Amino acid sequence: MGADRRELAAIFAGGAIGGGIRTGLSAVAGTPAGQWPWATFAVNLVGCFLLGYFVTRLQERLPITAYGRPLLGTGVCGGLTTFSTFQLELLQMLQHGNVALAVLYVVVSAAAGFVGVALGTAIVRRGRLTW
Amino acid sequence: MVITVLLVAVCGGLGSISRFLVDGLVQSRRLGEFPLGTLVVNLTGSFLLGLLAGLHAPAHTMLILGTATVGSYTTFSTWMLETHRPAEDGEHGLARQNFAISLAAGLAAVALGRLIGGWL
Repeated sequence: MGADRRELAAIFAGGAIGGGIRTGLSAVAGTPAGQWPWATFAVNLVGCFLLGYFVTRLQERLPITAYGRPLLGTGVCGGLTTFSTFQLELLQMLQHGNVALAVLYVVVSAAAGFVGVALGTAIVRRGRLTW
Repeated sequence: MVITVLLVAVCGGLGSISRFLVDGLVQSRRLGEFPLGTLVVNLTGSFLLGLLAGLHAPAHTMLILGTATVGSYTTFSTWMLETHRPAEDGEHGLARQNFAISLAAGLAAVALGRLIGGWL
């Protein structure tokens, strides 16, 4: 594999922070299956904004660093956000017969995440939202 | 309590490292622009989380293996970033494909995992 051990350590540290915050939030602010999952929605939205911000800043503003993207992007934002829980929540809404809520959850999560990335990107570039 | 917090952090770190390794493995073999690595990670993770749900894993197991480990293995933010960047470059077809395929296949994967977990 030849993976850089310090790069893996940066990803591990970031993932421990991001995954820890998400899991902690779901433990204290989790909602019953079939209801609007505020905890997942919040971390996914914040994580998308942060990833847009970090990636753009690391690629376009700061000097090249070896561990910025692994720590902040792959680790913190990747660990903070989750696709699998999002999909399980969606399935549970459908199983509870809440089709309208499921559609709303997809549309609002995707729109918020996408605009979050665009907003984080635009703030670094001091420009307008682009997509 | 302290053990659980440590376990959650370690599992969050391991989930993220697994994502990085699987993504790298897929991306090193792929042809074309489609972000296949993230798709493979998100689909396998959705299947695993569905499996845990179908098995009716105890709450603590679900927290450690499901929310902390599999949750960190999959990523929503990279999915959105890899939808935003092609759209920004004018590749709206690729952006739409990445969005729609992940969404539909992810739901199928979690449903399949849940079904199989229920049989086991």
